[in-house]
Amino acid sequence: MWTPELSLALALVLPALGGVFVALLGSRPNLREAATLIAAVLLAFNVAYLVEVAQGHPTLNLATLAPGLHLVFKLEPLGAVFAAVASGLWIVNSLYSIGYMRSNNEKNQTRFYVCFCIAIAGAMGVALSGNLLTMFLFYEVLTLSTYPLVTHKGDAKAKRGGAIYLSILLGTSIGLLLPAVIATHFLAGSTDFVAGGLLAINEITPAISSVLLVLFAFGIGKAALMPVHPWLPNAMVAPTPVSALLHAVAVVKAGVFAMLKVGTYIFGPALIAITPAADALAWIAGISIVLASVVAMTKDNLKARLAFSTVSQLSYVTLGVMLGSPLAMLGGALQIVMHAWGKITLFMSAGAIYTATGKTEISQMDGLGRYMPWLFIAYTVGALSIIGLPPLGGSWPKLFLLQGAWDSGQGWLMVALIASSILNVAYLLPLSARGFFSPPAEAKLKKQPPMLVILPPVITALGVVVLFFLIGPLRDYLAPVFFSSTLAAEAAL
Amino acid sequence: MLEILAERFNYIPIIILMMIGLYVVIATGNLVKRLVGLSIFQTSVFLLYITIGKVFGGAPPILENYKADDGYGHGGEGAGHGAAEAGHAADAAAGYAADHAAPAADAGAHAASDAAHQATEILYSNPLPHVLILTAIVVGVATLAVGLALVVRIRESYGTIEDDALNAADYSLESGSAE
Amino acid sequence: MQFLADFLPAGVAMHAPALIVVIPLITAALAALVPNGRVAWIVALVTAAAVALLSLNLLGQVINEGVISYHMGGWAPPLGIEYRVDMLNIALLLLVGIVGLLCVFYALPSVADEIAQNKQALFYSAFLVCFAGLLGVTITGDAFNVFVFLEISSISTYVLIAMGAGKDRRALTASYNYLILGTIGATFFVIGVGFLYMATGTLNMADMAAILEVNGHNRVTQAAFAFIVVGLGLKAAMFPLHVWLPNAYAFAPNFVTAFLASTATKVAFYALIRFLFSVFHPDVSFVEMSFVWLFAVVGTVAMVVASLQAVFQTDARRLLAYSSVAQVGYMMLGLGMGTASGLQAGLLHLMNHALMKGALFMALGAFALNFGVRRVKDLAGMSKTMPASATAFTIAGLSLVGVPLTVGFTSKWYLVTAALERGWWWAVAALMLSSLLALAYVARLLSAIWMDSPPSHHGELAQRRLAPWMVLLPMSLLALANIYFFFHADPLVWLARSAAEAVMGGN
Repeated sequence: MWTPELSLALALVLPALGGVFVALLGSRPNLREAATLIAAVLLAFNVAYLVEVAQGHPTLNLATLAPGLHLVFKLEPLGAVFAAVASGLWIVNSLYSIGYMRSNNEKNQTRFYVCFCIAIAGAMGVALSGNLLTMFLFYEVLTLSTYPLVTHKGDAKAKRGGAIYLSILLGTSIGLLLPAVIATHFLAGSTDFVAGGLLAINEITPAISSVLLVLFAFGIGKAALMPVHPWLPNAMVAPTPVSALLHAVAVVKAGVFAMLKVGTYIFGPALIAITPAADALAWIAGISIVLASVVAMTKDNLKARLAFSTVSQLSYVTLGVMLGSPLAMLGGALQIVMHAWGKITLFMSAGAIYTATGKTEISQMDGLGRYMPWLFIAYTVGALSIIGLPPLGGSWPKLFLLQGAWDSGQGWLMVALIASSILNVAYLLPLSARGFFSPPAEAKLKKQPPMLVILPPVITALGVVVLFFLIGPLRDYLAPVFFSSTLAAEAAL
Repeated sequence: MLEILAERFNYIPIIILMMIGLYVVIATGNLVKRLVGLSIFQTSVFLLYITIGKVFGGAPPILENYKADDGYGHGGEGAGHGAAEAGHAADAAAGYAADHAAPAADAGAHAASDAAHQATEILYSNPLPHVLILTAIVVGVATLAVGLALVVRIRESYGTIEDDALNAADYSLESGSAE
Repeated sequence: MQFLADFLPAGVAMHAPALIVVIPLITAALAALVPNGRVAWIVALVTAAAVALLSLNLLGQVINEGVISYHMGGWAPPLGIEYRVDMLNIALLLLVGIVGLLCVFYALPSVADEIAQNKQALFYSAFLVCFAGLLGVTITGDAFNVFVFLEISSISTYVLIAMGAGKDRRALTASYNYLILGTIGATFFVIGVGFLYMATGTLNMADMAAILEVNGHNRVTQAAFAFIVVGLGLKAAMFPLHVWLPNAYAFAPNFVTAFLASTATKVAFYALIRFLFSVFHPDVSFVEMSFVWLFAVVGTVAMVVASLQAVFQTDARRLLAYSSVAQVGYMMLGLGMGTASGLQAGLLHLMNHALMKGALFMALGAFALNFGVRRVKDLAGMSKTMPASATAFTIAGLSLVGVPLTVGFTSKWYLVTAALERGWWWAVAALMLSSLLALAYVARLLSAIWMDSPPSHHGELAQRRLAPWMVLLPMSLLALANIYFFFHADPLVWLARSAAEAVMGGN
């Protein structure tokens, strides 16, 4: 029978099973890729079902470790949306991976696909987790399973990047997040995600809630709040499909998603609003947003530039959480969705350019738009969405965040948001301009890129446009999480 | 002050021996001498145990009117008392229970105080520490034997039993193998 | 649990507390008499299996009937020697029994590789003596008996460590240094017991506790306390009395290291708990003070400093040995909290640590067996040449760091919770710092194993070489236990909690 509980289990099992089949079919590339795609499509269907039943909060107890310590899946709208984004983009990205990995003749492709499946399973676990302990566990699974992907090339540079990647992510999670999780368990008697905030129910002093919030904010290293961001640029040594799905969607979004979950279900907007540290963290997020954008401008390497852009964009979510206003949190949640679609488009474009020309630096990409018009259009649409221009999906979160910042009396942070949008223009659009308008320099196409690396970014670019018009249902779906009722949401809007 | 020392004169040689032993262990670089120091140190502890077993005016803990049918010579059991008891219970447990019925916390030597309320009023020294130390001596001898055997093996493979030379040899091995 | 108490014949079950010590002692003599190493191994294996069964049986008995008091030779305590099994030492007996069995199973190929043919039987004999000694320390209820068994296990340990000289002569000096320090520690301990005897007139630990409670404490008992803590602390490798341990673990035969690392220091630590909680009382002011100002502080320093030392080791086994010192620090910290949950966390970590270090040292032994691995950089490419052992090593290594899905995480969870309960935020910080350092040194090992390419000989890469199944089996069992007890933490947590309650309850 197709019950929500079964579906919850399947969300974890399908990618894992996909990994098993990929490993078994390692010697037959075509079948192996088919296994990945089938798993991705099945997972997407499964998650679509989950999205539908999320309001009913189905719950699945995975394991009881010891009295009071459970591994639990509990579905709610935020998690369903994150799962939908990750699983939906996995299909597109799988197509793209096949094209990219084959035309670049990468080694160890089986290991690559297996780890990819495990990473997706980890992301699903984070999305569906019903308490902090479960989330922490899958968060770590995600870290460990992506390490082989980051170091895929296996050369000295990849190893160095991988070492930084692993040490920052594991270091922050064990050093800061784990104590925060245990302290939460100690203070509240459980780590369950509770509507309105687990800690808000228990009375805790502002000092303790401040300490906890800081531990969470920096402990969730995947959210790349400065100064724990260096792992992200260093992870760019990975093959582009990894950067695209994991470091624009699954991994980083798991980070900010965790942040959002902590803000919504552990602290609750009300408690964050009265926690002194939240203001400081909002400012740190604001500084991250601007500073990362400035750094992005100095990078000539396209992937590095996109990585710093991601650091900047992720802090939008953190900012949304720290503002403690429901509207800003909703903005943060929307940012997870919108940014994912926009940024994956950009990364896949970067990978397609590399596949076609072998170029990685922006200054070498003059005039390429003439050879690959569709690709550059897709890139431009993605970039404009990230900048926040209507009618593209990326404009909504910025609007909500601006309103949220105003509502919570942090007017100055609006300056940071606007400044960041201007900086986005300055560092994302030059590539489009060079591509279309500069005369072709030495860059020539090595080969016509395969359809499979051009089509996916075009699809996601279309998605960005569609998402702009889907805002109504999306808002109505997510609003109950942050507002006590949808009516209040309507009133606030 | 003097009185306190005089009452506890047995501790003086013990402490002196203990310190000599420990000092030798720490100060010498010769492995055999170190074992000698260790033995002196241990011996001081043996003395500590043995001297506390002495009860002033106490006789050697040997039953005088020992009867064969007593079954056992437990602690400072008086002869007549023992005979009566042996009649109804020949095992140690019962004997113990009878002895111990008096709840007085018998700090000090069991044997001596037991004997004290016997009609015979013979005062015995405490034999238990001797027994313990017999075991400890065996342990000490075994340790010494293993230690000396190790020294022999060390001498065979290093050609020296001086600590400094050994460290130097080990260090050269370590830095040599690190290359 | 009824079947545990019943599966042995009543006569055997009745005398189980004595048999568990006597059997290894007798078979030790037997093993020394047989000429063949393989036969001696069978003797050792049968003995270890018997001990494991007896410990399981004792567990059943303790659960059913509460504390077992066995009167050695029918002489009633406090004059006779009492063997006393309660929830605290049954946990240790189980640990020593089961880990001992796994280690012996592992021993055959490892010992065949490292010990000369004609010494093997004697080697197993020495091991059995050590085994008996550890079990004796754990089970006895008599303070002087603790000393005797401690020395029985120690002296045979010196011999076992020195047997590593076949591979590296530094085993001799390591063993000698351990002998000197170990004997000083044991002598300190016996001085302490002597003082307690002077103050109470008894050697039975339960009796001592009762008399101390009536008479109260004075200078003599305080001195006794200090001597006992130092003496046992030395045996348990309590920082800074740990200097003997790194070299001893690094140069002993692999089997010996695996066995000692998961049992010997644990047993000494148990003896310490027994004296602190059962003989002295945790409410006594100087004992209470020692918790906060000695054990907690020393434990914290050990966690950080020894981990830091581990990060910079070049020898793989010495690295893990320093890590052991740090892990003893975790247990000391748990003990130093002086609360039932702190002690529970410490004991839980004690058992979990045995699982991790057992698997780690066994895997290192497997590497050494096939490729002569000693240094960290020798581990290069072991994931390709010995994938199964490398996987086991990785699981246990991650467990050491405290990554979720492993028991290390459970340990950390309980330790941090206990620290929070006590309000010790600094201890939480120290625990996390130490975990990060653990991450650093484990990452060194793992990156060599997984990231570096296998050693090459004349341009030819080293080939895959499977470890013998007798090595693989116990190693994988321990590694899997690291995962299994994450998902089913209940048995170990329950064992640790009942153990903590048994001593915190007063008796």
